[in-house]
Amino acid sequence: MDIAVNTSGSRYHVDKNGYYGRFGGAYIPEMLYPNVEELRQNYMQILSDTGFQQQFAHLLSDYVGRPSPLYLAQRLSEKYQANIYLKREDLNHTGAHKINNTIGQILLAQRLGKKRIIAETGAGQHGVATATVCALMGMECVVYMGSVDIERQAPNVARMKMLGATVMPATSGSRTLKDATNEAIRDWINNPVDTHYIIGSVVGPHPYPDMVARFQSVISEEIMRQLLEKTGRAYPDYVMACVGGGSNAAGAFFHFLDHEKVQLIPVEAAGKGVNSGFSAATSQLGRPGVIHASKTLLMQTEDGQIVEPHSISAGLDYPGVGPLHAHLFETGRARFLHATDDEALAAAFELTRLEGIIPALESSHALARLGDLALQPDDVVVVCLSGRGDKDMATYIRHLEQFTKS
Amino acid sequence: MNRIDQLFASKQERILNIYCTAGFPGPDDTLPVMTALQAHGADMIELGMPFSDPLADGPVIQDSSTRALQNGMSLKKLFGQLEGFRDRIHLPVILMGYLNPILQFGVEAFLEKCAAVGVDGLILPDLPMAEYEQEYKPLFEKYGLHLILLVTPETSDERVRQIDALSRGFVYAVSSSSTTGKDKDMSAQQAYFERLKGLQLKNPVLIGFGIRDKRTFDTACAYSNGAIIGTAFIRAMEHSKDIDATVQQFIQTIR
Ligand SMILES: Cc1ncc(COP(=O)(O)O)c(C=O)c1O
Repeated sequence: MDIAVNTSGSRYHVDKNGYYGRFGGAYIPEMLYPNVEELRQNYMQILSDTGFQQQFAHLLSDYVGRPSPLYLAQRLSEKYQANIYLKREDLNHTGAHKINNTIGQILLAQRLGKKRIIAETGAGQHGVATATVCALMGMECVVYMGSVDIERQAPNVARMKMLGATVMPATSGSRTLKDATNEAIRDWINNPVDTHYIIGSVVGPHPYPDMVARFQSVISEEIMRQLLEKTGRAYPDYVMACVGGGSNAAGAFFHFLDHEKVQLIPVEAAGKGVNSGFSAATSQLGRPGVIHASKTLLMQTEDGQIVEPHSISAGLDYPGVGPLHAHLFETGRARFLHATDDEALAAAFELTRLEGIIPALESSHALARLGDLALQPDDVVVVCLSGRGDKDMATYIRHLEQFTKS
Repeated sequence: MNRIDQLFASKQERILNIYCTAGFPGPDDTLPVMTALQAHGADMIELGMPFSDPLADGPVIQDSSTRALQNGMSLKKLFGQLEGFRDRIHLPVILMGYLNPILQFGVEAFLEKCAAVGVDGLILPDLPMAEYEQEYKPLFEKYGLHLILLVTPETSDERVRQIDALSRGFVYAVSSSSTTGKDKDMSAQQAYFERLKGLQLKNPVLIGFGIRDKRTFDTACAYSNGAIIGTAFIRAMEHSKDIDATVQQFIQTIR
């Protein structure tokens, strides 16, 4: 298992102080210092432990259903005139990549002797993945969710409750993902000893961005192995992934970061258009600042107040981006693209009709930019299909006529 | 001499530091609230710079921040309001807030402004101690501004000593492991207060978070040089019709 791989000396992985270039760090109030310090001091040791790695690998295979297939999408490849592979994270238990991280973190929480788990969620995918592993391990689970999102994502709220989690509405601020994250952090401040906070993306104070990226790095580890088996080469020409906070992208990019020949293509949510005032394309609209205890790019007013983003997909509706991605953007290592709500919808219907796969709206943002890559027939492209579309059916049904008229 | 140091040089007991949010309850209430605090016996003022995502604060202070932002508050506006306030107010004034708005303003430009209008110190909960020491300490010193650092019940003795060595003006002892405004039982914290007292810090200590009435103020004062009241004061101000009268009544219930 490669989750504890030594990345020192890399230009792109985290440095020993918890920074990616000038981004990252731990901008935490003193009340959180013991919690974060405990994690910082222990996480690499725990991840390096063979017993831990065996347990993690076992659950990923027998419980989550890994390795997830790397599927050569024939009809999609024909359409875009290249070899397009889909990394099928949508086939994981609970329907998205989020579970890779929650399995890793719950095992880590157990080793730290924690009794209670908290999490934040937007669309509810990370909340469901957290509630699932808490049920599995018999641990108390509290999930913070913006009261606006609770109304928008009723099925996932019901799933979390059925799994035994308490869903706490975040009623402060804009009452969406950023506020749910604030509330989870506050809960952690108030419960510093017995509680572990399972953050759902590569965001938050160091060591979270690195730790979550390592748990998700199973994605790129498998891609290399599977691609080698199928094509005789381990390195694709392109890896594409949607970016909210950036965890599925971080996982899909992880083992390719230092192989500069592999082109990394993160795709952000442009909402109604980058300059419409209703967008979540952080790399385009953000400036450096501090959000959720990390220095990174974030969408903010001139006065430094954090602004509310917009995306049709709740999972990409976040005003920041993980510090790794801010660094990949600033160094030019990754080429950031973006897709609007309408483009993502069209891509979702296209994949469904060409391949019989209904993707999550988040993942559809990555698919929407396939046409922009100037692909050559021999090119190998891997798209991280981060999740399945079940949770988005209400949205898809609303647009059924628009996209199925022939 | 910095006004915070002057205060502690002349008074070491029962210091009353009251927190209020700038631009709250009304957009132009910053100065009237400060004036009333001085008139009715506060020793020090902690003025909150509103932020959209105040991680260390509970719902009451966050709501006051949200209201202040809706009132149009910004750092620029705040410095406008503070222009010339030293003609009227001699109490030490500390600005409390989060890093992001200051980073956007520019750290040095911000500190320069603070010094120019007559602010004495800063509380910035999400500025890490190491970053302050490596990047910003010389700037704070250049402008004669104190950075007041926090300790909590979970802070080890060794770290309390590091914080005390770096903090200027006083050390802010957070009464319990909590965000602002939690009514955790203060008596349970006595061992922690005793421990702090036993460490014989070089700085004075003020206790904050959860101080809300005469009883909790007295408990805090028994172990330290005084206390900071925030949430309880914001609650009192929320529906105030007459700022001066509300402040007077509030302080009477504490003193
Ligand atoms: C299917 C799916 N993809 C992507 C995301 C975005 O998260 P991240 O950018 O961390 O991968 C989410 C978040 O809820 C999701 O559910």
